[in-house]
Amino acid sequence: MRILPCADAGLLVELDELEQVLALHAALSERSLPGVLDLIPAARTLLVSLDPERADRRALADEIRRVPLTGALPAGALPAGTGAAGGERADRGSLTVPVIYDGADLDAVAELTGLTPREVVLAHTGTEWRVAFGGFAPGFGYLVGGDPRLEVPRRAESRTGVPAGSVGLAGRFSGVYPRTSPGGWQLIGRTELEMWRTDRDPPALLRPGLRVRFEEVS
Amino acid sequence: MSEPDTGTAGLAKGSPANRRLEVLRPGPLSTVQDLGRTGLAGMGVGISGAADRSSLRLANRLVGNAESEAAVEITLGGLWLRARGVLTVALTGASFPVTVDGRAAASHTVLTLPTGSVLRVGQCRTGMRGYLAVRGGIDVPAVLGSRATDTLSGLGPEPLAGGTVLPVGRAHGEFPRVDAAPITPPSGGELTLPVLPGPRQDWFSAEALRHLLHEPFEVTRDSDRVGMRLSGPPLPRNETGELPSEGMVSGALQVPPAGQPTLFLADHPVTGGYPVIAVVLSAHVAVAAQARPGQRLRFRAVREPSEY
Repeated sequence: MRILPCADAGLLVELDELEQVLALHAALSERSLPGVLDLIPAARTLLVSLDPERADRRALADEIRRVPLTGALPAGALPAGTGAAGGERADRGSLTVPVIYDGADLDAVAELTGLTPREVVLAHTGTEWRVAFGGFAPGFGYLVGGDPRLEVPRRAESRTGVPAGSVGLAGRFSGVYPRTSPGGWQLIGRTELEMWRTDRDPPALLRPGLRVRFEEVS
Repeated sequence: MSEPDTGTAGLAKGSPANRRLEVLRPGPLSTVQDLGRTGLAGMGVGISGAADRSSLRLANRLVGNAESEAAVEITLGGLWLRARGVLTVALTGASFPVTVDGRAAASHTVLTLPTGSVLRVGQCRTGMRGYLAVRGGIDVPAVLGSRATDTLSGLGPEPLAGGTVLPVGRAHGEFPRVDAAPITPPSGGELTLPVLPGPRQDWFSAEALRHLLHEPFEVTRDSDRVGMRLSGPPLPRNETGELPSEGMVSGALQVPPAGQPTLFLADHPVTGGYPVIAVVLSAHVAVAAQARPGQRLRFRAVREPSEY
């Protein structure tokens, strides 16, 4: 673990793998730490965003270092949102996302993975994913836990307008674009579920810790 | 000492719904802003809120509001408003020429707008953003706990347009006994911003850090509430690999491969995929937000540990 400062506005905790990020996120979420405004998990890091007038950065760094990240749970089996220190195992629920698999990059993904388009669909619907973290746009969740054969690079060129509901792949992640936006992920399908609505509580369907299954519809 | 609230007392207590500001002209960009949204980064929602938070807080204090009330953030000027009901307002941030019904008034002072009067905010000569607070606060519906317009994610009220009507809330608390704020308006000259080394400083060459701390940078036209793109000497990297996206703070100097930094402001994305070479100290992000295209910035290093 390395704890890197972002001036007085935050501490960027760098970890070895996503599972540790999620464990630290879960553990810190359960504590009330003075001066901490927000926790922003990402693939390899957790940003602890701070109120500079209230946070004692050195004390916080010491506290973060004391959080046990392994041992309590088998590595790799940690559901997001689980207290790493043996706290409550909060089940954040599950969601089925109906998908029409007619994405513009479905053939490209098949070529990149050596699968047929049909096998890509079966692989995408065949395992349970979970939301590791949010980012990019309101309601966008980075989903992990899918079939490892689906690991593909981003497109060489980003699209200027990816339609809302597009289901994509990039790296080890899958995701659903909550609204029309630029984007470089490989698009394999689309869903009519509204991923983000501000008049709903919570507004995001995909929240860290949620388990997700994709289901093919025509 | 006058009692600026006296005239509004009946209206404010009895029928706050009648007190409002009508937008006649919005200028290039005027938005409603408060101190933004926190705790929602997990859903991809950034903090947003006023780009110059110190000036927003000051404007609210001048009219006796809580510092977190919503006000109008004016970019460069050009905002004309009509008061419905007697309103108490204060304008802070950049120094704008102000008139009320054609008569010159001053910024950074407490102004009473008679009902039906027109407040015109002209173009500022230095600085970038002004904050018009009204006693009672701008009372548009909150979205996820804030009235801020996040220009990146599209959350919050639409930017002001001709015909927009801004409801004014009920005044709480006592009126502060102050008429004017003795502040120095934003400078049009070179600004010096204190920075600390960023989380990814080791991705850059020694030359990059030397350039950053000893050469001037210019604010380009490609600047908005998300961030200010700067032009200056290149900041070459040592590390050429891909950085997995990571959380970003306001004040971060993010450097894309071309080597020209972007200084992140209020609407910056929650996460970013380019390394951060240095971070402007929190209290000075408000100063940075007043820099306009063409203005020069220098970064001065403050000593701090590079790792905890």
